Amino acid sequence: MLYSLKGLLLTLVSTFHGLRQPVTRQYPATGTLWKRRPAPTPVQPRFMGFPALTWDGIVDEPYCTSCMVCIRQCPTQCMSATMKDNPLNQDGRSSRKKIVETFEINLNRCILCGICVEVCNFDAIVMSHEHEMSTFQRNGDRVDLPALLEIGMKFQAKTSWIPPTELAKLAEKNQSGGDSQDPEVAAASKEPDGEPDG
Amino acid sequence: MADASSETIRSGEPIEMLLNMGPQHPSTHGVFRMVLWVDGEKIVDLEPHIGYLHRGSEKLCEGEQYHQVITLFDRMDYISNFNNELVYCQAVEKLMGLTVPERAEYVRVILCELNRIISHLLYVAAIGLDAGAMTPSLICFRARERVQTVFEAVSGARMMHNYFRVGGLKEDLPENFEDMIGELLPLLRDDVEESDKLLTFNEIFLARMKDVGTISADDALDYGLTGPCLRACGIDYDVRKAEPYSVYDRFDFDIPIGLDGDCWDRHYVRMQEMYESLRIIEQALAQMPSGPVTSSLGRRLIRPPRGDVYVRAENPRGEIGVYLVSDGTDKPYRVKVRPPSFCNLSALKHMVKGAWLADAVVILGSLDIVLGEVDR
Repeated sequence: MLYSLKGLLLTLVSTFHGLRQPVTRQYPATGTLWKRRPAPTPVQPRFMGFPALTWDGIVDEPYCTSCMVCIRQCPTQCMSATMKDNPLNQDGRSSRKKIVETFEINLNRCILCGICVEVCNFDAIVMSHEHEMSTFQRNGDRVDLPALLEIGMKFQAKTSWIPPTELAKLAEKNQSGGDSQDPEVAAASKEPDGEPDG
Repeated sequence: MADASSETIRSGEPIEMLLNMGPQHPSTHGVFRMVLWVDGEKIVDLEPHIGYLHRGSEKLCEGEQYHQVITLFDRMDYISNFNNELVYCQAVEKLMGLTVPERAEYVRVILCELNRIISHLLYVAAIGLDAGAMTPSLICFRARERVQTVFEAVSGARMMHNYFRVGGLKEDLPENFEDMIGELLPLLRDDVEESDKLLTFNEIFLARMKDVGTISADDALDYGLTGPCLRACGIDYDVRKAEPYSVYDRFDFDIPIGLDGDCWDRHYVRMQEMYESLRIIEQALAQMPSGPVTSSLGRRLIRPPRGDVYVRAENPRGEIGVYLVSDGTDKPYRVKVRPPSFCNLSALKHMVKGAWLADAVVILGSLDIVLGEVDR
């Protein structure tokens, strides 16, 4: 009997302990019942949301050349794309001979594994931070090229995205430059924190 | 009808009633159906029905390339994703004769042990709810959320990580990992201790769990129980000690065992395992070297030589084994999984026979099954 009461008391103390620090958050809007304000769920920098295509701001075209690597490697076959000759290449403004014409991802099938990003040779696809994209239509989550680029540009602006291959080049440069100057700097820069995926 | 049954009661013969439990039942922990023959409140017989969550994972593995199979293993036992990824990656590595960089092994151990803790925390939450205790579940879920935030920072996903690779990891830990885990571990220990304090020696909980669903050590071995369910019977068998894989032989940790093999012992073993896991994590963090985390394999296509291999590891639920057959192509010829939950579930009939109806819920809860792994 006494032990039971002790147990109840423990639970009560724990309940009040829980009341002091709320661990839940309101969804989808925060704030009180009478004053609600929408707030996106906070995510970590590496969070893998839905895939999106990136935009090359220098040449003003998508990075994607529609080489189909991501489409072949996708475990759920949720993507499709077509290719066209790049008009900017004929003018000499771009080094990409081919460019993406259409690109569609069925986000309902996507399992957010990130394999497409890993296999991409052109830094063209990223896992964006977008994750709340429910629609009322059955095929409402089939997103096309403009929508993908829009999500991608949003992501690029938010995270000040640098292409992974550029990052790798930068890291390599730092490493080789450091070797000639100071061995300690070289050792520090060998820490593989800025390396690209895979 | 009423006359007939009262006649039978008077004559002293048992009346058996067929009772259907599940598949949509809050205490079956997924879509699991039990058909119970009950005599009053006593269970006479039980017939488990599985397969409601069958997705054909093993067959799907045959159609995917080696690096794509990892995503399927994530979804097999969806509570302990890292442990599942580890055993598959180890199988392919053994087949190819790859050595994993030391740092990658340590990172894998840390993540697997964190995953073991949150898997056991989910068990504690579920068994608390099954036995009628609401408070521990909230504490456990708070702790789970903290760990999952760290997982998200490391791998980019809270549950379906796809972070381990054949021969290493996808990428190195984030820069602020040391701070994050330094912040996390004391809080996690507090939460484990609090749920332990609330539940383990609670008198009501003891009354529900002690001497319920007892299984002897011999029977447990015959049924092929592994993991906490086996250790609760007093057998100190843990793959991490018996056949150390990864870098587990470098850590100092104990294997908690029970005495009677009842529900409470299974609970107690899991509780103590969480403390042991915390010990392993602390040691691993102290020993962790720096260096690369990806293998020499790079981005080449994984194409193991012709052959077969069996690898086993200790999941939170028991011993998981992967039998992998390769025919030399880029897709596995056969992937057979020895799921711990499935084998543990086979002993349910033995445990439940003769128990009270209300205890069936607790016995099933104490086995800690994950239906995604039972049905695959």
